[in-house]
Amino acid sequence: MTANPLTADQASQLQALTRTWDARQLLWASGFLAGQAARPSDDRAIAGPEVTLLYLSQSGNSEKLIRTLARRLTDEGCVTKVFDALDYRKARLKQARYLLIAASTHGEGDPPDAAAEFYDYLMDDRAPRFAALKFAVLALGDSSYAQFCKIGRDLDARLEQLGAQRLVPLQECDLDFDQPAAAWMDQVTDMLAGSADNAVAVIPVRDVAATSYSRSRPFAAELHTDLVLSGRGSTKEVHHVELSLEGSGIAYRPGDSIGVIPRNDPALVAGIIDAIGASQAVTVPVGEDSVTLAEALASRFELHPLTRPVVQGFADLAGDDHLRSLLAPENSTGLNAFLRGRDLLDLLTDCPLPGLDPAALVGILRKLPARLYSIASGPSANPGEVHLTVAAVRYRNNERDRVGTATGWLADRVAVGDSVPVYLDENPNFRLPADPDTPIIMVGPGTGVAPFRAFIEEREAVGAAGRSWLFFGDRHFTTDFLYQREWQGFLRSGALTRMDVAFSRDQADRVYVQHRLLERAAEIYAWLEEGACFYVCGDANAMAPDVDRTLRAILRKEGGFSEQAAGDYLEGLKRGKRYQRDVY
Amino acid sequence: MNRPVDETAGLSANERIKARSRLLRGSILEGLKDPLTGAIAEEDTQLTKFHGTYQQDDRDLRQERLAQKLEPLYSFMIRVRVPGGVCTPRQWLELDRLATRHANGTLRLTTRQAFQFHGVLKRNLRDTIYRINQSLLDTLAACGDVNRNVMCGVVPERSDLHAQAYGATVAIADRLLPQTGAYHEIWLGRQRLAGGEPEREPLYGETYLPRKFKIAVAVPPRNDVDVYANDLGFIAIEDGTGGLAGFNVCVGGGLGRTHGEEETYPRLADVIGFCRPDRVADLAQQVVTIQRDYGDRQNRKRARFKYTIDDRGLDWFREELQRRLGWKLDEARACHFDQSGDDYGWVQGRDGLWYGTLFIENGRVADRPDYPLMTGLRRVVEALEKRGRGELRLTGNQNLCIAALSDADRQMVEALLSEHGIMADRSGASALRRASMACVALPTCGLAMAEAERYLPHLVSRLDEIMAASGLSDDPIVVRMTGCPNGCGRPYLGEVGLVGKSPGHYQLWLGASPQGDRLNQLYRESLDEEELLAILTPLIRRYAVERHPQERFGDFVVRVGIVDNPMAFEI
Repeated sequence: MTANPLTADQASQLQALTRTWDARQLLWASGFLAGQAARPSDDRAIAGPEVTLLYLSQSGNSEKLIRTLARRLTDEGCVTKVFDALDYRKARLKQARYLLIAASTHGEGDPPDAAAEFYDYLMDDRAPRFAALKFAVLALGDSSYAQFCKIGRDLDARLEQLGAQRLVPLQECDLDFDQPAAAWMDQVTDMLAGSADNAVAVIPVRDVAATSYSRSRPFAAELHTDLVLSGRGSTKEVHHVELSLEGSGIAYRPGDSIGVIPRNDPALVAGIIDAIGASQAVTVPVGEDSVTLAEALASRFELHPLTRPVVQGFADLAGDDHLRSLLAPENSTGLNAFLRGRDLLDLLTDCPLPGLDPAALVGILRKLPARLYSIASGPSANPGEVHLTVAAVRYRNNERDRVGTATGWLADRVAVGDSVPVYLDENPNFRLPADPDTPIIMVGPGTGVAPFRAFIEEREAVGAAGRSWLFFGDRHFTTDFLYQREWQGFLRSGALTRMDVAFSRDQADRVYVQHRLLERAAEIYAWLEEGACFYVCGDANAMAPDVDRTLRAILRKEGGFSEQAAGDYLEGLKRGKRYQRDVY
Repeated sequence: MNRPVDETAGLSANERIKARSRLLRGSILEGLKDPLTGAIAEEDTQLTKFHGTYQQDDRDLRQERLAQKLEPLYSFMIRVRVPGGVCTPRQWLELDRLATRHANGTLRLTTRQAFQFHGVLKRNLRDTIYRINQSLLDTLAACGDVNRNVMCGVVPERSDLHAQAYGATVAIADRLLPQTGAYHEIWLGRQRLAGGEPEREPLYGETYLPRKFKIAVAVPPRNDVDVYANDLGFIAIEDGTGGLAGFNVCVGGGLGRTHGEEETYPRLADVIGFCRPDRVADLAQQVVTIQRDYGDRQNRKRARFKYTIDDRGLDWFREELQRRLGWKLDEARACHFDQSGDDYGWVQGRDGLWYGTLFIENGRVADRPDYPLMTGLRRVVEALEKRGRGELRLTGNQNLCIAALSDADRQMVEALLSEHGIMADRSGASALRRASMACVALPTCGLAMAEAERYLPHLVSRLDEIMAASGLSDDPIVVRMTGCPNGCGRPYLGEVGLVGKSPGHYQLWLGASPQGDRLNQLYRESLDEEELLAILTPLIRRYAVERHPQERFGDFVVRVGIVDNPMAFEI
């Protein structure tokens, strides 16, 4: 133990300063101070450039990455300003010198809800020129969609078009974004701080991330309960899954998601190994490691669904012209039809490659992505637990029964007592209002109802006084009314104020949640005028746009708005975090 | 003459529900509109009975759905009121359509000559009842604390007497129908007239009867309505020239009891006299008002008319009745019943027309892979409807009589039946099976403690083996099974009565007469299938050996002293 070199004054100042700090902050600070000690003592001034960082985030990943980057740049001596694209005053862009963007692409090539206005502003013909601006874009997306990383690509190309100067090339990231994003951040950091030797050095004292779980380091959550919510005779199979978070320290909030890292169907793995005539035990490279082919296919790579890059890689391996023709840019409809319902084994069945080098095969595969599920439990009502609502996907294609990768794994192969690798995926864009008195309207058909169970449980647990109104829909009343008895209980207790339901197949005409919204137009408008927050969760392709259109119709009908004014009204709601969506 | 209800403290819960229901309205309409539940409000479930529908749930799925966070699979049983069990081909076809459209695809013929639909979801309830009414049938007072469906013996061979007895049946049914407008408002969408006369329920008053009330009209020699099991019974008496002289009147029958409650018991009606045909409706009305005024409204388990009679005495009742009527009953006439079961097959009535009685096992009209009964009957009835011929009569034994056919019609019906493999007596079914009867019980009936309809066919097959081994294949034994002690399947009038106690366990009652004029006796308290067969096998063997010529099993077990005969019926 070294003698304390601090004066009594300094010691008490240090104590006063750090009294409220948690372990993470203390550890970081000690690293920071160690870094300070290692630097020339005469050069304390921070003189890096001012950098604007923007995120266009749907589920929070872009935001998280931008904040990480901002911390690194700050450490390097830069002055960083972080903005949600939603809140960014576009006029400021003309003054900015350095602009770093992380942009998610949502659904079929759409910007995140909160960022639509910013995106439209830049893409518009009237956008100003930015001759003095230097920029870099990190694009997040999911390569199983045709419009992979479209928003990032668009912004990157557009900024160049508008005269701005690219600092580093566009980096596209698939679901497994950790490594490419880190590489891009390294490049950006080098560019901005490389010439400056006045950067702050932080000596890693301990890996603070080690105390929290992540995709690359998931928590093994024990499965406590798995029950089927769909009644006998349902065309669906929706599971209610309860996992233990005991001992994980994971603290989630209503609106957050849980990432689940699944394993592939062993029958599918065996079929693939069989198709190439390989041995289960042969090893293949996976990143730095080398694992058996069986394990690599079971837990490391995505086998289902098929994606464009995999077909591309396979077409090259097989030298198959038919597959290549499917990949032609003008043939995206044909490719989508081809990809639907197919997996890797279908490729190997259609176009056999016996004796294919296993390493070559895994070389074309995408890393097995985690699956995100909106959390269905309120943390206060369920300490140490997290609940998920999972619709098992099952179908038959080419004479083979198929199951969704994660849903099939959870539904069929994880038993009570087994562990499920999970991590928390925060969603700052889907949050209960800070004021518990604020009324909320929730639209969550199908498994989209999950986060609203969390909302209502939480509001009940904390005794929130605000009114709440849930719109739920599914196919059949008798079999598909997810959590029916719980909603009835919440209505009795007053935790839920109102509920409307739409069961699409119980009558000749299909009835959906948006029809129920329209029936209640006057009251919906009144709730919004009284400050209600409006939430939508579920299907992004049909439901969410239908609900959006219905909201506009309600505003025109009840508020007398023009189409334009209705759009502005909704933009205002989004900006005020009063219109939030978790759609997929 | 309602006695004033001066205090509600001692009244049973149902009395209070009725009193505040605004003549059976309650909040039924609101409950039907609630889309979040397949149920209606708890209290309203008591009121909808008066409208002819019971809320039930699929008890097979109750636990499973509870775990699935789903409410029970609620549905509704709808009972169609069919006085005397007589309906037209067109009505049958409409009910058949509704069974497929809104119910579980089957029709249930009941022990009181009504139709029942099962499994109707709440959202289809109004449409079903509306369409039943459009067919000129209805469900009003098919259940509840009112006079229920009035039965009338089918007796095909006495077509002349049936016509007159059926006339009396309809007159009684009409007289005792509730007058509340609630039924029309709720199910038929009729608006209440503003400023009209205040609505009244002149006969029943706003609390109706203390309990259900059952009336049957029998036409000897057939006691297919089990007339003595009714609160009020009329027995047609011939005038010696083939015409109807009038009716013997009997009162105080009723079979329901409660396990473990000694003060509840089955009771057969007592014959108290004779009345002219034109007076039966007046008489029925006054009997009902006496029960309305004196029946027990505190203990619902003793609220049936039979207990009023026993508590106050038959003499008191006869006097009170004659005082209210203003005339005296005549002496009862001699009469005789030969059996309570149905005769299957074709008979010619005195009107020269043909009557064919079909065995419908447990009253269930359904299509089974090996027996397309529902489809076959539909073809038959469609053909009749096209020709404008015939009528359908449900029997008190849950069977079906295709009635009033010419020679040519009969030939056509026979051809269509055999085309679908339907034999009038369902050849192949034993005499014992054809004399058996079970109530609905599980999975829908909320009262059931054990299986009945789903289980009896299996048990009968095992009894058939015992009967065959004893050379009794052609001998009927009336076997009646119910899932609870309330008596819908009239188990206490079975030569063998089986009353559910708990899943797989039944009370065994023995020794009722095959004419329905002697109750059986409790013989064993709780038996499973093997125990039951272990007891019945030696009894049947002994019966085969020791019986007198033509002696029935129910009479045999009494004669040889296996059970007592304390309740032998005498005029």
